[in-house]
Amino acid sequence: MIRVVLARLGQMAFVMAGISILVFLIFFATPGTDPAARIAGRNAAPEVLAAVRHDFGFDQPLAVQYVLLMKRLFVTGDLTSFVNRGQKVVPSILQAVPVTMSLVVGAALVWVVASVAVGTLACVWRGTVVDKALMILGLIGISMPVFWVGEVANLITQSRYHDTWLFSWVPGLGYVPLTQDPVGWFKALVIPWVALAILFVGLYGRVLRASLVEAYGEDFIRTARAKGLGEGRILFRHALRTSMVTFVSMFGLDFGLLVGGGALLTEVVFGLQGVGYLTYNALQNLDLPVIMATVMYASFFVVASNAAVDLIYAALDPRVRLARA
Amino acid sequence: MTLASPGAASQDAASQVAGSERPDTPGAGREPGARATSRGPWVTALRKLLQDRAAVASLAALVLIVLCTLAAPLYATRVSETDPFTSNLSGSVVVDGETVDVIQADTGGLGLGTTPIGPTWTGHYFMGADGQGRDVMARLLYGGQNSLVIAGGATVITLVAAAVVGIVAGFFGGIVDAVLSRLLDVLWAFPVYLLAISLSIVTIGRGLVLGPVTISSSSLLLPIVIIGIIYVPYVARPIRGQVLQLKRSEFVLAATGLGVPRHRILVTDILPNVATTLIVFAPLMMALNMITESALSFLSIGVQSPAASWGTIIEDGQGLLYTRPWVAIAPGIAIVLTVLALNVLGDGVRDALDPKAKLRVRKGR
Repeated sequence: MIRVVLARLGQMAFVMAGISILVFLIFFATPGTDPAARIAGRNAAPEVLAAVRHDFGFDQPLAVQYVLLMKRLFVTGDLTSFVNRGQKVVPSILQAVPVTMSLVVGAALVWVVASVAVGTLACVWRGTVVDKALMILGLIGISMPVFWVGEVANLITQSRYHDTWLFSWVPGLGYVPLTQDPVGWFKALVIPWVALAILFVGLYGRVLRASLVEAYGEDFIRTARAKGLGEGRILFRHALRTSMVTFVSMFGLDFGLLVGGGALLTEVVFGLQGVGYLTYNALQNLDLPVIMATVMYASFFVVASNAAVDLIYAALDPRVRLARA
Repeated sequence: MTLASPGAASQDAASQVAGSERPDTPGAGREPGARATSRGPWVTALRKLLQDRAAVASLAALVLIVLCTLAAPLYATRVSETDPFTSNLSGSVVVDGETVDVIQADTGGLGLGTTPIGPTWTGHYFMGADGQGRDVMARLLYGGQNSLVIAGGATVITLVAAAVVGIVAGFFGGIVDAVLSRLLDVLWAFPVYLLAISLSIVTIGRGLVLGPVTISSSSLLLPIVIIGIIYVPYVARPIRGQVLQLKRSEFVLAATGLGVPRHRILVTDILPNVATTLIVFAPLMMALNMITESALSFLSIGVQSPAASWGTIIEDGQGLLYTRPWVAIAPGIAIVLTVLALNVLGDGVRDALDPKAKLRVRKGR
């Protein structure tokens, strides 16, 4: 077991190192891009350009630049932004984490509850109008770009129907810290939660229905019926429980991706200054230290959630566990 | 993430259905007298698809959407009578016998800002104008062309690249497989949007110079290639898995035992099966690409102004959201309809081509 965990950790480290090199190459070695030119401005004089190049260490070999960057990110932790000099990168990410966490955890709650309801109801009423309607709604949810959903939500709640009783409580766009004002926090985030959750409700609801329907065709359900168990017990204790394996693994991967900054579009549309927003700003300014740090942060969550899902999978499904051993 | 791995288990399921001969390959019907009603799996799949009313309806909708976008030049010259790519800040238009400015000075507030004309619901400025005084309806049609071309082109790149990588890794194994799989692992763990945005931002400034080849930053090739690349692991990994499974299957073992050369096994046994998977993936990938393209354009790093795509128009409409909401809403509706049609079609294609789904439905009743 220890060997398996160690191998997995080694693989994680390898993937993250690979990603860091890839990011570095994208921003430093792509022909036609010069970070010094970006920092110095469009029509900078050659002397200024050279000074900037020397100042930021762009005149050193690529490998040296890469190692220095990694050292300042992981070892000394004093990496600073190229754009706002003096702004430390690691603290500014840590500052953005609560915003992203608030957004993603709330949305995850919404989508887990809603998609379990959708999937279960569709399965219980499979073949009926309810089933069809739920599945079509799910498909529409999957087909909507999240930033557009956000804009339409803003249009309705901030402008068109803001003065009606229904949406007069909606505060202006932006984040309110939970510790400062819990009610304000909830009000500011409830619409972003729903907007972010819509895609996943559709996706998970459809997947859950499919695996529930499949589970109902399995022998162990017939056995449960033969034992005289009630329909409710069969659904919740037997069918739903087996279907949860797929559900949990999907959830782990998506949650990791979103915590790492995958909710970027939602954060941009709703003006929430989370990790995704930070990443997006850094990308627009070609602020390489911040980009490197946020991408490392994001990929850590992706890689870690991949590993966690594998372990959970092994714990839940004996076939996988035995195949590994 | 929206994709299951269709076809991964199709092999065993198919062999249960069709007996022991080579299943779901187009060549399978060649054995004389194998099955009297055998029409070949492709024809069977096509017939099944055509019986699926939702899939046929969405296919029709897609054709209609494509035809509408193709009619964009006609619309711009005959109906809207404006050039949707040049700004028209001082022009005016006649609505209900009255002459109205395309860009109007604000009456409320300080009276300093301007608002473009809203929807007239007639030929000229049917959906109003954007901030530059350009006809939104005409831009919507032209933008649709770009959105569709990018989504389609990226799909082709993804599928071809994924097929090559997946087959090479799965079929040849060994060190080649190890290297390719590690590369795919790295790409897979790189959050797709971050990768797409990184690549777009680096290339959008000056275009991409790769030796003698220069792709200008306004070229549609940039988003096509970028979106095509980022989704390769999504398709290549299931295909590699499928090829590994096929290699161990009885009909390939039998062929190997009979002394059939490897390249012939590759062409006659592996490729047709992989082709099925690719076809199942195609509409679903195109739907995903469409959303990705709109997101990149929305972040102003996709299609560059004055050219349009549905995502760019949503971005144009962002500043006008509360005054002229149609500019942002209309392209969103176009995206939702197109992506929805692609997803429904994709479901239909999967049901028609993937026998696992057939078995699952039968079991479920």
